[in-house]
Amino acid sequence: MRTTWPVVSVVAISLLQVLGVVLGGPLLLGLMRKVRCRLEGRIGPPIRQPLLDLRKLTRRERTRPDQASWIFPFAPLVLVATTLVIAVIAPLLATDPGFGWSADLFAVVYLLLIGSVALALGGLDTGTAFGGMGASRAMTVGALSEPALLVAVLALSVPAHSSNVPTIITRSLSHPLWLATPGRLLALVAFMIVIVAESGRLPVDNPSTHLELTMIHEAMVLEYAGPDLALVKLGESMRLAVLFALFANLFIPWGIATAPGAGHLALGLVTTMAKVAALGVGLASFEVAVAKLRLFRVPELMAGAFVLSVLAVISALVVP
Amino acid sequence: MTGALLVATALLGLAASLAGAIAPGRIRTLLSSVLTIASCGFGLAVATEVLHTGHVAVVHTDRLLPLSGFSLMLDRFGALFVAVSAVVGICAMVFRLGYDGHGLSSRTASSVLPLFVTTLLLVPTAASVTTFLFLWELMAVSSLLLVLVDHRRRPEVQEAAQWYAVMTQFGAAALLLGLVLLATRTGGQSFAAIAAGSAHLPSWVKSSAFVLVVIGFGSKAGMVPLHVWLPRAHPEAPGPVSALMSAAMVNLGIYGIVRVGDGLLGGGPVWWWLLVMTLGALSALFGSLHSATSTDLKRLLAYSTTDNVGLMLLGVGASGLFASAGHQSLALVALAAALLHVVFHAVFKGSLFLTASSIQQATGTRDLDQLGGLLKRMPVTGSLFLVGGLSIAALPPLCGFVSEWLLLQAMLHGLPSSNPAIAVAMPIGVGVLALTGGLTALTFVKAAGIGLLGRPRTKPAAQAGEVHESMWIGAGVLATLCLVFGVAPFLVIPAVLDAARNVIGTHIPDPLVGGWQVGLSGIHGVLAPGLLGLGLLVAVSLVAGARRLVQRAAVRRTEAWGCGREVQTARMQYTATSFGEPLTRVFEDVLSPSHDLDVSHVAESRYYVEAATFHTSLNDGFERHLYRPAAGGLRWWGTIARRVPNGSVHRYLAFGLVALIVVLVVVA
Repeated sequence: MRTTWPVVSVVAISLLQVLGVVLGGPLLLGLMRKVRCRLEGRIGPPIRQPLLDLRKLTRRERTRPDQASWIFPFAPLVLVATTLVIAVIAPLLATDPGFGWSADLFAVVYLLLIGSVALALGGLDTGTAFGGMGASRAMTVGALSEPALLVAVLALSVPAHSSNVPTIITRSLSHPLWLATPGRLLALVAFMIVIVAESGRLPVDNPSTHLELTMIHEAMVLEYAGPDLALVKLGESMRLAVLFALFANLFIPWGIATAPGAGHLALGLVTTMAKVAALGVGLASFEVAVAKLRLFRVPELMAGAFVLSVLAVISALVVP
Repeated sequence: MTGALLVATALLGLAASLAGAIAPGRIRTLLSSVLTIASCGFGLAVATEVLHTGHVAVVHTDRLLPLSGFSLMLDRFGALFVAVSAVVGICAMVFRLGYDGHGLSSRTASSVLPLFVTTLLLVPTAASVTTFLFLWELMAVSSLLLVLVDHRRRPEVQEAAQWYAVMTQFGAAALLLGLVLLATRTGGQSFAAIAAGSAHLPSWVKSSAFVLVVIGFGSKAGMVPLHVWLPRAHPEAPGPVSALMSAAMVNLGIYGIVRVGDGLLGGGPVWWWLLVMTLGALSALFGSLHSATSTDLKRLLAYSTTDNVGLMLLGVGASGLFASAGHQSLALVALAAALLHVVFHAVFKGSLFLTASSIQQATGTRDLDQLGGLLKRMPVTGSLFLVGGLSIAALPPLCGFVSEWLLLQAMLHGLPSSNPAIAVAMPIGVGVLALTGGLTALTFVKAAGIGLLGRPRTKPAAQAGEVHESMWIGAGVLATLCLVFGVAPFLVIPAVLDAARNVIGTHIPDPLVGGWQVGLSGIHGVLAPGLLGLGLLVAVSLVAGARRLVQRAAVRRTEAWGCGREVQTARMQYTATSFGEPLTRVFEDVLSPSHDLDVSHVAESRYYVEAATFHTSLNDGFERHLYRPAAGGLRWWGTIARRVPNGSVHRYLAFGLVALIVVLVVVA
């Protein structure tokens, strides 16, 4: 179970993954914004703009609403920390990162949930209507997307006889035919819907909206300023990057480094980045074409995703 | 040796009860609590000894109960439950020292409370049907009296106690029928005789006994649709009692179902376990949904007990399903997951109920919509509540996550079997587990976020101060256990596995890997809760350090943004009702909310509103469509039957004669 790869490469993988997620997350957002602008006929800000925004925010003052407790400044730390832990243990560019033996897919889901819970508590701690509104909506959407997510995880774990992410990826690399089974394809769609909901993208939530009564995520983090806001924004973009990278490796694993060595790692890094960028471009183009759903239509979308993932499990049993 | 300890437990409990009845007012609470703690200490000692060595503790006397005698026998399975009850009992008693009010210091309550704790310790040791039913009824009656202690001041207590009395007696009747059926058919009333004789029973006897027993124990565990009393009685009881009821008493329902279903009857056909799983799934969904939309802090916790009992039943049902399909090792994993959840639920729910009672004592209310801002005013109690809440939401590295993960693993690895029942039941089980998990996270965010964070909504909440230290300790021990068991589950997993083996087969090899990780033997991939906890700690410190590095200036306190309004008041915040509103709308069909909007206009003009009141309430569908008609039917039968006994002696003599003839005909 323990890795047999040399320590140097394992450490290098962990560092690369963390760096990749921390820098790649904001760049991914920048890329998606650029694609969106171009499709809408605008030039758009440069791709590195989110990184520049983060740098600007770190120089600003930190503020705290007068009624808030220690939870409020603590929440952004937890959000970023959970994503960092996932970036260390999950196989993003190689099948065997240092702590890959502990990268259980269910655990990854619950780690993400910690971040959401922390942000929701931070929103409620502000003592304003907006904070509570965002927290309530975010938790409702999160709770409803959970069944689809976990059952989709189950569908992926059944053929691999394990919910360990490196094991699932290694097994599907050695059985390429698995990737085209109906179970996989159904799980893929369900997963994508859940990722869109969890990361607050269209059609569930509009990430570029501000101060409208339809917003979910932005309402929750309205009171953050300066470095705290930078952490929230960084955390959100890192989450999206991690989710995309996991999604890409679970469904299209080719290119991921299966052996230690600089060449393999470089290839893994490049392919993962390419896959994540492709997913980003795809989602951004999709976002241009759709409008935001009413909040009370979102449950229908989630129920649809749940049905897809149950079908995925059953077909994974029938067509192993 | 262990037998003597068991006797000491019982005697100390009785002594505590006696002390509560006769000691003078000043030292009554202290004396009865200390003696009860000693009784729990002995119970914990004997339970640990039995769990450790596996030697069964036996006590038998022919004196105490007529005809049958009184027999106790503690094996590893029972010892697990005794240990849980003992730990919860100790913490509740320590908590009680600082807890005032709700009439718990009265003579009656001080004498009944130790009795209740002692029966919680002794029920899992009962070794015969009569002893079991005697202790079971004693537990029911003593807990009923404790629910009632505050009935003079609050009329809703009486209603809660009525529901509880009816449901617990209904359950006891089902239990009596089921156990007596088994005892008469196997020719012995000791559990050993029933277990020996059950293999030769006809299947209809086994099945009807099992269904009756599930009804009886399920009503005590708060299983849907027999749950109606639980969200009434648990919140109305005084703090330590509601903790004991939710964290220790409901466990005994699970104990009974496993003891009879797996132990005495030795497993059964697939439909038994599908029934248990269905009831479990219903309880989990129904409980979590109601808990997510409740606004009363203790009622919310009580519904969440129904939810967690549902998860335990899912595990028990899955275990039975695997066993009947021949997967012994998986059956053990599923049962161990269920028992682990019993232990963890006791720890976090006990701590949550105790801290909720602290909040109630400090503010005088349980209504979340009247609380707020308590984390700053009650930092210790608030933090303990947060720990309990994070555990119940199954977030790593706290304990609730480990048991849910193990249950998920059992369901995952049971899937590729050839049995179609399993193939259909497991994905749905995972879906139920996931939805309840998400809803529980929402519930906890609501309870902690509305109750502890933001601005205080009322004056009592704004003026609330910390409670007595003994209340911190009582809840704090349990909250610490949440963290310790979550990071180092190996402290309990071996004991739980031994307890599970005790009922479904001692020959099954160890299905789990040991040490700091949790995982199934022979399966790639493990859960490392300790590593996750350490990783989170390191990552949080790193990020905090980085934030400190880039911005050293002090944090400025500001007014929150209020759409340009000058003044922000507490009334502008979201309330618990509004927090749950989206969910209420999504699940409108299940929750059937009723709204009542009352607008009165100014006399001069219809266009000006003088006052508006809005009232909204959620309905328990089972109560409306099952219990109300049943109660109506009973009342109707009562009025009809009242005509029969009209006071005439001749008529009564005629009844006697007819009854005698019927008996003679039946016997002949």
